[in-house]
Amino acid sequence: MNFAVKAVLAISMLGLAACSNPDQYGSGATGPGGALGPGGAGMDGVSQGGINDPNSPAYFSQTIGDMVHFMVDQSTLTDTARGILTQQASWLVSHPSYTAIIEGHADEQGTREYNLALGARRASAVQEYLISQGVAGNRLRTVSYGKERPLAICSTEECYQKNRRAVTVISQSAVGS
Amino acid sequence: MMRFVLSLLAAVMLAPIAATAQDSEPLHIEITDGVIEPMPFAIAGFIPETQEAGQMASQITQVISSDLTGTGLFREIPKSAYIQNVSSFDTPVKYSDWQAINAQALVVGSVGMQGGKVVVKFRLFDVFSGQQMGDGQQLAASPASWRRLAHKVSDVIYSRITGEGPYFDSRVVFVSESGPKDNRQKRLAVMDYDGANVTYLTDASTIVLAPRFSRDGTKVLFTTFETGFPRIKMLDVATASARLLPEVPGTMTFAPRFSPDGTKIVYSMEQNGNTDLWMMNISSGQTQRLTTSPAIETSPSFSPDGSRIVFESDRSGTQQLYIMPASGGDATRISFGDGRYSTPVWSPRGDMIAFTKQNQGRFHIGVMRTDGSEERLLTSSFLDEGPTWSPNGRVIMFTRESPGAEGSASLYSVDISGRNLKKVSTPGAASDPAWSPLLP
Repeated sequence: MNFAVKAVLAISMLGLAACSNPDQYGSGATGPGGALGPGGAGMDGVSQGGINDPNSPAYFSQTIGDMVHFMVDQSTLTDTARGILTQQASWLVSHPSYTAIIEGHADEQGTREYNLALGARRASAVQEYLISQGVAGNRLRTVSYGKERPLAICSTEECYQKNRRAVTVISQSAVGS
Repeated sequence: MMRFVLSLLAAVMLAPIAATAQDSEPLHIEITDGVIEPMPFAIAGFIPETQEAGQMASQITQVISSDLTGTGLFREIPKSAYIQNVSSFDTPVKYSDWQAINAQALVVGSVGMQGGKVVVKFRLFDVFSGQQMGDGQQLAASPASWRRLAHKVSDVIYSRITGEGPYFDSRVVFVSESGPKDNRQKRLAVMDYDGANVTYLTDASTIVLAPRFSRDGTKVLFTTFETGFPRIKMLDVATASARLLPEVPGTMTFAPRFSPDGTKIVYSMEQNGNTDLWMMNISSGQTQRLTTSPAIETSPSFSPDGSRIVFESDRSGTQQLYIMPASGGDATRISFGDGRYSTPVWSPRGDMIAFTKQNQGRFHIGVMRTDGSEERLLTSSFLDEGPTWSPNGRVIMFTRESPGAEGSASLYSVDISGRNLKKVSTPGAASDPAWSPLLP
């Protein structure tokens, strides 16, 4: 009995540890979504309020949306993307203790190294837009995963369009550390 | 791991037995598009010189047979068809017995144990002209390296018959993959060219991509996400110890390749969304920018003499191949066909570029001359990418990924004629192969 409780505690702590790992994908602690799925900062969300609490990370990742999508082989922001990013920027401006890593991703229709560069272009497009909306550049960092971490795993356009994405992953740690 | 001592002792064997009166062409395979029918050959032996060498002899025979038939250029005649029983290494060859079963090449060999080493002797015969081809040879190595001995023998046979350089005694560094498509685990691994002797060089704790050997085969460059961001790491193959190369904070660095002399690396650096090619001096860490376009420049590859670099860029609007001096400067576009071209790799002979091509929803591995002429596509599939050349420039290995939720990556090889496409044996899913030079 006592052992079981300890095991549960240990597992919870592992979950928290995974959140502060900058290489979310290395640890294997991934779910759907960006870093850790819709609600990328999900564990924090549980402790700090749900998707209806405008001050919660869950609100940022789910109510506003932490993800924008791109056309094939493009890094241009669509009108829909700009709408989401405008709200992301305003949330970040009013929550100055948070920093963000913007992850760029590509679908599998491309070679590995090119897709790394393409994902970086997408992440950078988001970063520039957030800065243009008043977010301090030193609170943002970009990373590209290329085609290494698809969200949807089928090999049709239905999945590809979900994978051509940039995800704004917020945290209260120093940016990129 | 590489404590291998292979002494290629002097060529010791006697002159060939006198030729018969037949007046046929010397045995030779020209590797061209025209070669369709594999050359039949026989391996009489390798005969164990002692009882304890028996197991080793049969394993060595098996590897040599597999090397030769694996090229698609040779076909082994089953032992059950043999007429002459070659009972010792010095038994005179009865050419008529081998002509009768249409063996064009005959290998006679022996395996012995001397002073803790495996000693292999062999002779190659041109059956229809009734002559020994070249001198007999004797090679020795530690028992742990018996596969390399076999590959060395195969290399000599292959080179004598085809006139091409050897490639069997070589290794391949690659990325070993496991886990589902949306959480793929990746480890760096190295193996013999035929999939034997797999050794893992990294654990699965982070994503690793696209390794490349140094020309002496002792070091590997690759991209790792261990800091959370793509970074370049250089690894010593013998010890598996590795170090991150310096970076500019806030950038991503990837796609590293050694210069032929091993003193520099060319690589991609991404800053503010723009990816360019840079050169780094490995010992000083000093860097030099090679491209300045706002386009993506990546997947570089040095010419074998180190004077030029072929790379891909989307500066024209789509990915195309370009060649520039190794010091940077004006680049010349060499790809002009339909579709997108990427991952160019200069052949070890210097005359060809292998590449990935995407066109109308299909991926191809292809080759072209360095001026872009004579483009030929060798493969076609849902997703083929990342060619690497065998040390002799005759075979290309690449990644083939199957589609769908259950899709996974495998290594394939194909002759540059486009024939002999086959899967390379790996312990599990695998991607991003890079062929070593021929081992010393």
